Amino acid sequence: MRKTDTIAAVATAMSSSGIGIVRISGDEAFDVILRIFRRKNGKAPAELKSHRVYYGYIYDGEERLDEVLVLVMKGPHSYTAEDTVEIDCHGGVLMMKRILETVLKYGARPAEPGEFTKRAFLNGRIDLSQAEAVIDVINAKNQYALKSSVSQLSGAVSERIRDMRGKILYEIAFIESALDDPEHISLDGYGERLRETLKPLAEETARLIRSADDGRIMVEGIKTVILGKPNAGKSSLMNVLLGEERAIVTDIAGTTRDILEEHIRMQGISLNIVDTAGIRETEDVVEKIGVDRAKQTAAEADLIIYVVDGSCPLDENDRRIMEMVRDRKCIVLLNKTDLEQEVTAEELEQLSGKRVVPVSAKERTGIEELEQEIKELFYHGELNFNDEVYITNVRQKAALEETLESLKMVQQSIDSGMPEDFYSIDLMNAYEQLGLIIGEAVEDDLVNEIFGKFCMGK
Amino acid sequence: MPNVEETYDIVVVGAGHAGCEAALACARLGLETVMFTVSVDSIALMPCNPNIGGSSKGHLVRELDALGGEMGKNIDKTFIQSKMLNESKGPAVHSLRAQADKQDYTREMRRTLENTDHLTIRQAEVTEIIVEDGRLTGVKTFSGAVYHCKAAVLATGTYLKARCIYGDVSSYTGPNGLQAANHLTDSLIANGIEMYRFKTGTPARVDKRSIDFSKMEEQFGDERVVPFSFSTDPETVQKDQVSCWLTYTNEETHRIIRDNLDRSPLFSGAIEGTGPRYCPSIEDKVVKFPDKNRHQVFVEPEGLYTNEMYLGGMSSSLPEDVQYAMYRTVPGLENVKIVRNAYAIEYDCINSRQLNATLEFKNIKGLFSGGQFNGSSGYEEAAVQGFMAGVNAAMEVLGREPYVLDRSQAYIGVLIDDLVTKENHEPYRMMTSRAEYRLLLRQDNADLRLMKIGHEIGLVDDQTYERLIWKEKAIEDEMERLEKAVVGANEKVQRFLTEHDSTPLKSGSTLAELVRRPELDYFTLAELDDRRPELPYDVAEQVNINIKYAGYIKRQQQQVAQFKKLENKRLDQDFDYSEVPSLRREAVQKLNLYKPMNIGQASRISGVSPADISVLLVYLEQLRHQRR
Repeated sequence: MRKTDTIAAVATAMSSSGIGIVRISGDEAFDVILRIFRRKNGKAPAELKSHRVYYGYIYDGEERLDEVLVLVMKGPHSYTAEDTVEIDCHGGVLMMKRILETVLKYGARPAEPGEFTKRAFLNGRIDLSQAEAVIDVINAKNQYALKSSVSQLSGAVSERIRDMRGKILYEIAFIESALDDPEHISLDGYGERLRETLKPLAEETARLIRSADDGRIMVEGIKTVILGKPNAGKSSLMNVLLGEERAIVTDIAGTTRDILEEHIRMQGISLNIVDTAGIRETEDVVEKIGVDRAKQTAAEADLIIYVVDGSCPLDENDRRIMEMVRDRKCIVLLNKTDLEQEVTAEELEQLSGKRVVPVSAKERTGIEELEQEIKELFYHGELNFNDEVYITNVRQKAALEETLESLKMVQQSIDSGMPEDFYSIDLMNAYEQLGLIIGEAVEDDLVNEIFGKFCMGK
Repeated sequence: MPNVEETYDIVVVGAGHAGCEAALACARLGLETVMFTVSVDSIALMPCNPNIGGSSKGHLVRELDALGGEMGKNIDKTFIQSKMLNESKGPAVHSLRAQADKQDYTREMRRTLENTDHLTIRQAEVTEIIVEDGRLTGVKTFSGAVYHCKAAVLATGTYLKARCIYGDVSSYTGPNGLQAANHLTDSLIANGIEMYRFKTGTPARVDKRSIDFSKMEEQFGDERVVPFSFSTDPETVQKDQVSCWLTYTNEETHRIIRDNLDRSPLFSGAIEGTGPRYCPSIEDKVVKFPDKNRHQVFVEPEGLYTNEMYLGGMSSSLPEDVQYAMYRTVPGLENVKIVRNAYAIEYDCINSRQLNATLEFKNIKGLFSGGQFNGSSGYEEAAVQGFMAGVNAAMEVLGREPYVLDRSQAYIGVLIDDLVTKENHEPYRMMTSRAEYRLLLRQDNADLRLMKIGHEIGLVDDQTYERLIWKEKAIEDEMERLEKAVVGANEKVQRFLTEHDSTPLKSGSTLAELVRRPELDYFTLAELDDRRPELPYDVAEQVNINIKYAGYIKRQQQQVAQFKKLENKRLDQDFDYSEVPSLRREAVQKLNLYKPMNIGQASRISGVSPADISVLLVYLEQLRHQRR
């Protein structure tokens, strides 16, 4: 399905609770919803009336996704003053994401950060005195999206995408230089060669799409940081939460010198958990880097889990950490309850002003209470997913889908004996889409590649 | 007081391919026009390759012709070989290229100029522009004569402070030893114009009698010649053609070049100008592509009445003795005699981002420019700019709206938009890959795209225009007929399909559906099409392409619709972007520097992000309401 100028996004906060809204706006909003919505009788409505609510189901092809209410608003009587459809769904974060992906698959494109607001404004729906506020929203959202799209992408994935882009660009440049200089560069038999080159690229793209589904590419969820002094048991706790031996655990203080990051789902809540090096004053250069990085990570976190070793008395380092978490969402874990206690929960609660949960990572006790604590914070709305992270994720997946689509189009063109200049149209689209994922624009890449790789001219 | 003082509507400086088109456009629109050249004998000179057109350049010539330019007509009169390039590829990249008889080309263009009313040709070097209160009011020549005017077009080509170089020999002349223009640069700088220095080069011309053609491959022209101009009767261009010849360099050639690199001014640093990457000198190729053990050399005639041959692919600035040595390693050139040495040429041109898309200087009203002076390369690129600059100078004088073609309308639009919007550090050449919507910008439909505009400007006559309107209608009717005409799955049809390696029909099909099959087309289907009306080839061709590639064409049309949305949002040239709250500093700087004409152009400036554009849109909307 070719992308139009009809946009879609999740309009509500991405939380596990309550109802979420996926909003579609633009000329083809009605077309899109008619492709994926069926009423109880299994049919799409014959026509959509403005300001009516329709009850039914969202389908991706034959697969029924969720029971929904669809609110239809004909422009200009909507938030954006364009034809708008709102899908009220109640399946939680994963379902909202799934529905958004389906909307994108059937003709909408992901909204740019702040784009609904921008459209509402440009169409005269927002008080003009609010222009600066609108600009601020656009700027803030963009800055966040820029930051998160890069930081969310693992290094290995961006490396692979960069590599694929390089290969695609080379092929475009080859075709284009042959078109520009047909007497120097021949395209005889090229289609067959290109088919072979594209096969692994299409497979790689399909793999990336699958791993996007597993959440392995783009990390999303509540950014949670485990903090504490060296050897307080942070890595052991992480392992317990993950259910596997991931972090290196020894009895030597200061073992975790870098940052370990893992993604877990806990009773329907996505957590993106980061284990950090223990925080203490240190002269060891390598350890110091780890400590600095831990502080940095903590500063960006949505939630901090502060682990205290109950078997040692509190010291200067603990006071420093308590200072760090003073104004933050934080749960304090009193660890090593299996050993003789030097610190009591009451004492700690008074000092930190936070909820304290006694646990033993070693004996795996108290973990359920911790999960309960996190869940409550979340359902009481004190913790939220960051919408932008989600949007970025969906956007990146949509770009991968379109890349695959374009690569398939090239293969189709080869199969049906289309002339070579048609290949490069779809190749260019694949190249641009991959660029969106890693945040690289096209600019003059192609012309540089043509001149750099192929010898042309008189 | 100057001893000579005259007044014209328009002054054109330069009589190359840009200058000729500019002057003709202005004079044909009835404006008193004077065209200056350092030598009347060098009007429409082709100082480098002896051909017009080629990939994407052929498109430019076609477009220029549809708008009412002269280049297409002139080459139709003077070509000696013609070829449609990329015929086996899609229709978007078919491109016409013709070998010219260089002298004939010059002579014919001069004849046309000399017989155009309101046009005066003057041999003189323009040394100064006269600017009063930010408006151009005239020019001054080397002799001190003053020509008052309402607008001027600068088309100085490669002549400004030109220097020709090979080995350690250098002389301050324009191409072919013609007199350079050494003064105008200073006047331009004094008026606040930023100059660049570019470089290009040309291969040697050699004596035909010293070539052994038996060692080369002969390259023929097309059997059926297609004219460049829409107004040329195809029957008049079917004539005897001359051949070109293909040979190759070899390891020995490359060894000689490598051994003498230290004597090349390009590598020794004696040449400072930036050279074009798309037509590298042979020494550039050998250095940049060490793995290639041979490069093609095209040996092309310079005309019918000369023995000079052009060695395409071997431009160079190596010393004379090295030129002899390297050329003589090439099969067929063992005993070659050089008539003119290869050389590199350096010249002054402008940073073209100082221009509006109308090709008028942003800071000097009434001053326009076109061609290599703007930092482009090639005869065709020059001609189209000269034409647009001339038209817009004329529009200004006539008090009419300017003409700007956008990227979805023409290669001309792409070329000019690139020049005025993007960083450019080498002579700019047109390429099909630069056009985003090339399926729509075909050479075969240039008339359908642009002739109406040419007619509106006043450079396409009514008769030609009426033929166009008829053609549009004929195409539309025939397409509609094919979408409706149904053929059944009868024996005749199935046999036809089998014969053409096409899958037999299960049930009836429209003719249009059959045209879309890769192995069939409109022309082959004539056999099944009993009710087909008699239509001229150019109509049938459009019907075939439009139906066959309908899917792709529709996709590009949708993209164009998106593109137009931003393109139609005009920006005020006096707008100060630092007034926009929270626009990033880099964006403010770039936007204030370029002063884009519309949001679309703003979005193409490097350093301006999509978020910046959103911010700008919101701010402008607020401003618009406040003003109401």
